[in-house]
Amino acid sequence: MANPGLSRPGFIFRKKEPMEQILANGVYLGSQYAMIALGLTLIFALMNVLNFAHGQMYVIGGFVTYTFYGQWGVPFILALVMSCVTLAILGALIEKLLFAPVIKGSAREESTMLLAAGIAFLLDALILLIFGEKQRGVPKIIDGVFNWDFRLIMPYDRILICVLAILSIVGFIGFMQYSKTGRALRALAQDRTAAQLMGVNVDRYSMIGFALGAMLAGLVGGLLVTITGVNLGMGGPTSIKAFMMVMIGGAGVISGAIAGGIILGFMEAIGLAVLSQYGDITYLLIFVSLMIFLAIRPQGLMGKPWG
Amino acid sequence: MNKTSSKQLLGVAIFLIAIFIGVPLAISLTGRWDFYFTLTSVALLAIASAGVWLTFYIGRINIGQGAFALIGAYVSAILVVKGGISFWISLPAAGIFAAIVAVIIGLPILRLRGVYFAMITLVLTQVVTLTALALPITNGAKGISSIPLPSGVSLFGIPIIPEFAAMENTKLAFYYTACILMVVTYAALYRLVNSRLGHLCRSMQQNEELASSIGVNIAHIRIVIFAISSFFGGIGGAMFGSIAQSVYPSSFQVADSVNFMLNCFLGGLGYVFGPMLGTLVLYFGWDLLFELGKYQLLIYSIILIAVIRFLPNGLLSLRIGKGGQS
Repeated sequence: MANPGLSRPGFIFRKKEPMEQILANGVYLGSQYAMIALGLTLIFALMNVLNFAHGQMYVIGGFVTYTFYGQWGVPFILALVMSCVTLAILGALIEKLLFAPVIKGSAREESTMLLAAGIAFLLDALILLIFGEKQRGVPKIIDGVFNWDFRLIMPYDRILICVLAILSIVGFIGFMQYSKTGRALRALAQDRTAAQLMGVNVDRYSMIGFALGAMLAGLVGGLLVTITGVNLGMGGPTSIKAFMMVMIGGAGVISGAIAGGIILGFMEAIGLAVLSQYGDITYLLIFVSLMIFLAIRPQGLMGKPWG
Repeated sequence: MNKTSSKQLLGVAIFLIAIFIGVPLAISLTGRWDFYFTLTSVALLAIASAGVWLTFYIGRINIGQGAFALIGAYVSAILVVKGGISFWISLPAAGIFAAIVAVIIGLPILRLRGVYFAMITLVLTQVVTLTALALPITNGAKGISSIPLPSGVSLFGIPIIPEFAAMENTKLAFYYTACILMVVTYAALYRLVNSRLGHLCRSMQQNEELASSIGVNIAHIRIVIFAISSFFGGIGGAMFGSIAQSVYPSSFQVADSVNFMLNCFLGGLGYVFGPMLGTLVLYFGWDLLFELGKYQLLIYSIILIAVIRFLPNGLLSLRIGKGGQS
């Protein structure tokens, strides 16, 4: 738990990293993080559920892509789709069978936290039984390194993953803005009762929203397995990072999650470049500054007060 | 206002006899000496969980108790190892230090509510773990090991607490110590909940603005409650470090903080003794499932999910119409 990182962008072993490199690392990390935070914030906005199992869903996404692409040789894009489909189904089932009845039967909304933690344990156990505890990696999708005068060095596969992540985020925003489902989901997030009165099928769209959030986690997992690999222990730390991003941006706000992800990505890239000789002090500083920030602005950058 | 019926008194008496006489008797009959360690852990974790429960009582979900347990464990270990102070003085010192930290941190973060407070306390656990890794006095990742066993205490030449190292059965001694601490903690908690402060807390749990508008000093109360809660955390952590005779940054992590919260939720948030039951069931259950090997986590999580699915208001909600306050 000492290093809660998904991966360090420290693939360059030079003493001083130029500014361009740090910025590029920031964009790369930020786009990944934003996607993780999006799924979490979507689930939170729709159902007021703090999904402790988000990191585990990310790990499952990674393992599914690993199985299809790394082991069975299915094309990468198809493996990614399989990750999305698996997680969407899993998310829909979890919502339908567990969250929906517990939310209805519980005297307090907070009981869903216990359920979410239980699901995190369950998914961890399933990952351990199905995929084992070893670190898994897949062959590179494309070889080669982009090199601009040694000021900016970035392997091509990272650039591709970064572009895919940004495209997915844009696609997701477009979906939420312009499709009928997206409109219904936004209405649900705004005011559950009002949405129901306007004829939105609340139960159905809760399930769709949860599936969508889980799908996003699976998609990032599938994308990142090509670079960092995947292992069982990644789930918990990923959840914590996702919580942090959501808090920076404001819980339940989509633009906030994206902002939070990018800010955390940049802080990490800059911190690791500047403070690399002090080890984990970067994370300590990030955590402490987050606490100070939240003390001044409790609802995050764009959140509604008291979520 | 504190009317205890004879039925309740009987229940408490049975409980006390069970833990102080029944359990040692049962263990010596069956020879399962390892249960002492399990039950001692349950007692100590229940103390820390009591703190989490108390913060819930003012309407805050606290997932940061691991942080205060770790602080307590380190304070006690440093005082005993580097300061040469008796463990019995370091124990309250650990609790008080944790409470002071809680006041300093609590001033800003207690303004947060709901999920925001939950998430920031979760981050707090991570902060303390990383601080323990970074500070020189905590000895980094190596931690502090070979902490001496608690020494004896005597007042006017009369021994009150015997020397732990000289005892032939340290496990039993630790078990009794932990149980006494737990009983005292829950007695204090019960007293607190049924005092004027407890009523004020309940008013805050329901609606802070309303409570504030009728003259409840909510900022003051939530700091006091958070400090008491962290005091429990510090005591539990310090005692734990003394039993394990070592403290590492990984002694209490995010997972432990989450477990403290789960203990409270599982036992039932409306009941003072909920966290005790929750700790017992979760920790003991986990221990009993050890024989299942790699299926341990699977079975454990399925049972956990089933309990919350069918008893969303906690185990004690089975006991309908008794002790429920909210």
